[in-house]
Amino acid sequence: MQKDLAKVFEPVNVDFLRGLSQPKSFTDYLGRKLFLFGLSARGMGAFALITLGVMQRKRDVAVQVMQPRIRHEIRRSGVALLPMFGLMALGLGFLVVGQTVAALAKVGAINYLGSTMVIVVVRELGPLLTAMLLLARVGTANVIELGTARAMGEVEVLESLGIDPVHYLIVPRVIGMTTAMFALTVYLIVGALASGYLCAFLQNVPLGPADYCQQLAAALSPLDFVFLVLKTILIGFVIAIITCYHGLAQPIRLEEVSQVSVRAVTQGVLIPILVDGCFIVIYLLT
Amino acid sequence: MSAQPPAIKMQDVTVSARWDESLPMVTGVNWTVAPGEFWAVGGLQQSGKTDFLMLAAGVMPPLAGSLELFGRDTREFGEAELAERLRVACVFEHGQLFSHMTLAENIALPLRYRRNLGAAEAVDEIMALLDLLELTPHAGALPARVSRDWLKRAALARALVLRPRVLLCDNPLNGLGARHREWWRRFLDQLWQGHEQFGGEPMTMVVTTEELVPWQHPERRFALLQGGQFFPLGTWAEAARSADPAVAEWLTGIPATTI
Repeated sequence: MQKDLAKVFEPVNVDFLRGLSQPKSFTDYLGRKLFLFGLSARGMGAFALITLGVMQRKRDVAVQVMQPRIRHEIRRSGVALLPMFGLMALGLGFLVVGQTVAALAKVGAINYLGSTMVIVVVRELGPLLTAMLLLARVGTANVIELGTARAMGEVEVLESLGIDPVHYLIVPRVIGMTTAMFALTVYLIVGALASGYLCAFLQNVPLGPADYCQQLAAALSPLDFVFLVLKTILIGFVIAIITCYHGLAQPIRLEEVSQVSVRAVTQGVLIPILVDGCFIVIYLLT
Repeated sequence: MSAQPPAIKMQDVTVSARWDESLPMVTGVNWTVAPGEFWAVGGLQQSGKTDFLMLAAGVMPPLAGSLELFGRDTREFGEAELAERLRVACVFEHGQLFSHMTLAENIALPLRYRRNLGAAEAVDEIMALLDLLELTPHAGALPARVSRDWLKRAALARALVLRPRVLLCDNPLNGLGARHREWWRRFLDQLWQGHEQFGGEPMTMVVTTEELVPWQHPERRFALLQGGQFFPLGTWAEAARSADPAVAEWLTGIPATTI
């Protein structure tokens, strides 16, 4: 029940910590922030495990209600964002890839194009930019919707009707955002690489499309595909959990929704970067 | 009748606030609701009526003490006992309908979720309920486009769709027009007596209210939530014998001097 959930998520009175007087030094400030972040991370970990447990345990519950909700979330998080991602891919291609191709051609280093593109676009910019856009477009909406629902007592309504709020509200969002994160990253990478070549072509860079594709293919290893799938799924899941956790997991009042949204967005920016950093370390170690 | 366990039983219960589970709103509640009883619980704003009702519905756990529904301690309740808990339904004060769904979709949601029904499969049952509660003209409207009177009625329909045995209504008459107030009093009375559409069995009723007078009835029971305490008053006649001036105020009209 709610109280038990709250105890799992907020084991220490966090409001007390937030209400302390001004920190006396920078280390004091940093310590408090890290402590609060640690508590939040612990709560989010518990929330993620509960969500995974509910996904597994209730996969056959109310399928006729849940499937349309999951489809709706995939449409909202993924399909509805395609035009924006098309534009972003075009922009990324022209601004970054096109300039890189042109610069490499000027210094006669066009042979490094494939590996540069793979490092910049496939491994880093593609997933991270997708994560930030997904957070901005869908994640913030999630926090506000769920926070408002929580503040308006809709979670209590669901519980009173025998509907598991995690199953009904969180699971479709997590599936939608995780799926969308993977699919949109692939679209963004493909779009950016294509529009990047178009930009290079317009600048008369002496590189044929077959050579361009061949360089990209040579620079890509099977590990890049594996890591791309793992990274995008993990980052999508993490963003969904962060935004849903802040919106739903703790009792909040209507006036607290904006504060909670800011907190969720801050963590939604930082944690995917940390996850990305972990993947870089793993990549370098393999 | 006497062999049946109480529908609701609270022993030394402390009710916490919904917004802060560590904050006690009402303490030391000892209360037993027998099947078929009708209770009206009076309390002013911020007296903890909604929190009290949430707890009685088994949605919120007690901060201290024990709550039993149909003779079973709610601390033992898990997924397997959910059907037992759903015999108690709750009508929220402001309806709390989901804003992105029409009234009909809101009402159908618990039925569809619990029985895994498609939208079309739930239509017959929902239509019957919409007709009974005179909601058919508003069935396709979103909550934002419907007046508060009808929203509360839709919330009542949603609570009844799973055919509960106990109905908890949070301040049902608050903010309603005269016609709707009368409709609610009559309809809840019919449910209490045993409505044929719900199997004719008398339904156990608990309403919270800011006025006891509209609920006056010789067979109903009354209680007060005041100053963080719960005071069972008994029947109207028993309450009328109380020497407490606060009780007298509640029985004569809206209390003013004891706020």
